Amino acid sequence: MSLTSLTAVELAKKIKAKEVTVPEATKAALDAIEKREEKINSFVTVDREGALKRAEEVQKLINDKTLTGALAGVPVAIKDNMCTNGMLTTCSSKILNNFVPTYTAQAVENLEAAGAVILGKTNMDEFAMGSTTETSAFGVTRNPWNTEHVPGGSSGGSCAAVAAEECYYALGSDTGGSIRQPSAFCGVTGIKPTYGTVSRYGLIAYGSSLDQIGPVAKDVTDCAAILEVISSYDKKDSTSLKRDDTDFTSALVDDVKGMRIGIPRDYFGDGLDGEVKEAVFAAAKVLEEKGAVLEEFDLSLVEYAIPAYYVIASAEASSNLARFDGVKYGYRTGACEGLHDMYKKTRSEGFGAEVKRRIMLGSFVLSSGYYDAYYLKALRTKALIKQAFGKAFEKYDVILGPAAPTTAPRLGESLLDPIKMYLGDIYTISVNLAGLPGISLPCGIDGKGLPIGMQLIGDCFKEKNIIRAAYAFECTREYRHCSMTEE
Amino acid sequence: MANIISDETIEYVGILAKLELSEEEKIRAKKDMGDMLDYIDKLNELDTAGVEPMSHVFPVNNVFREDIVVNGDDSEQMLKNAPEVKDKSYVVPRTVD
Repeated sequence: MSLTSLTAVELAKKIKAKEVTVPEATKAALDAIEKREEKINSFVTVDREGALKRAEEVQKLINDKTLTGALAGVPVAIKDNMCTNGMLTTCSSKILNNFVPTYTAQAVENLEAAGAVILGKTNMDEFAMGSTTETSAFGVTRNPWNTEHVPGGSSGGSCAAVAAEECYYALGSDTGGSIRQPSAFCGVTGIKPTYGTVSRYGLIAYGSSLDQIGPVAKDVTDCAAILEVISSYDKKDSTSLKRDDTDFTSALVDDVKGMRIGIPRDYFGDGLDGEVKEAVFAAAKVLEEKGAVLEEFDLSLVEYAIPAYYVIASAEASSNLARFDGVKYGYRTGACEGLHDMYKKTRSEGFGAEVKRRIMLGSFVLSSGYYDAYYLKALRTKALIKQAFGKAFEKYDVILGPAAPTTAPRLGESLLDPIKMYLGDIYTISVNLAGLPGISLPCGIDGKGLPIGMQLIGDCFKEKNIIRAAYAFECTREYRHCSMTEE
Repeated sequence: MANIISDETIEYVGILAKLELSEEEKIRAKKDMGDMLDYIDKLNELDTAGVEPMSHVFPVNNVFREDIVVNGDDSEQMLKNAPEVKDKSYVVPRTVD
């Protein structure tokens, strides 16, 4: 067994017990990256030298007991839409292909303060717009379970890197399912926290009212420990929330007796793959056997979440991405006639097809004459979706369902039909619209040998409920390492 | 009802979005946007009369602070990211004749 097959929390314990050093752990991850990147391509940037240097520093801080936390010394991979001071940050876009931030995202800074060693930056769908990590300007990332399949997206690089054991854990971001769906496809665990729990400072914005940073790891324990570290109130993010209940590891209790779990019938209808359905129901049964009370119910409005999301996210994206104009940073076009021509050429050459598609849709729905019909209509729909969840959480502690309707599709199949690809986010997207926390964790393997993920959704601020249910389920099974990690 | 996106609309959206599309891209964009709007029109099935548009899930207000500089001077580092620099300033194509 290799060092990299340890969870983050297990590794930190070994480091603390002086069984493993931080440089050894870092080198093991870098070696795994070297060995598997050719097949997987989960990284945009690998900072070998910086990581090894930092590993030495962190080891000293652990030795002199300055660093004592649950993640001290553990190497991490960061999604490439989070700014890292002095390290290339591209959003997997040509328009940021040379951007080196002068500051670090707050969530990443929190990790560093806890003794993290940054290995590099992970691949993603360009500006987090996509569900397959195929829209990256730096090539597709492949699923470590089967390299003919996508890892999901947009945090596909982070989830593939964790599954391929190229890092001990990773950070992702989730605007419509971008942590939970690729976690499901790659057989790992990921949490999208309540909106406002993790600072968005330094996260390059896509849909600001929906974006949240969250952990990706091998198990629920790691995710709870990571989330505990990255959660903080931050004045630099005006939507940051003051919370005093972020001791998420206290919810790692193997006990779901009396927990009320709602199973939305509308999450198990047409379009859901038979094997996924079976595996998720079987997982629900496991929780029932452990004393949880299951009940089926109608959540309603599920089919309206995707259209509402694409209006809101595209509108926000069209505004957020206006800053990429070739003036202060990033790509600038070669030949141009005047300032406006420079803007237009820079953006047209710098953005990929999916990003342009969403910027245009967003510009359209915000334009005069269409604002009420599309944008405000979507915001009203969002209010109704929030109400529907509010009603459900009067009766249930946790909502349980699939993370995605299928397992990972084959490479090249999804981008041909955008709307079909968008439908793949049907179970995750409404969670972002309502600002809720959600966790995705593995619950089976389908006939093709690909992982199946289940999703647990909690009410706002109730991460602990979903962590407890997920942990109780996880206690009944072993973590499945993908076969690539044994080669 | 199918949404037909006209040449003028795509032209106008291109101006708003500051994007210059090739003829080929325009044809694809018209189809994609039409398809998306057909799909989004599904929202019209919902009766949202009397529902307040929800821009934020929590009742948060603007966060104000005193107008005091708290960050250091990173101008040298920041200018390193610029495509073109002269005398500690960003260079852009001529904007006035």
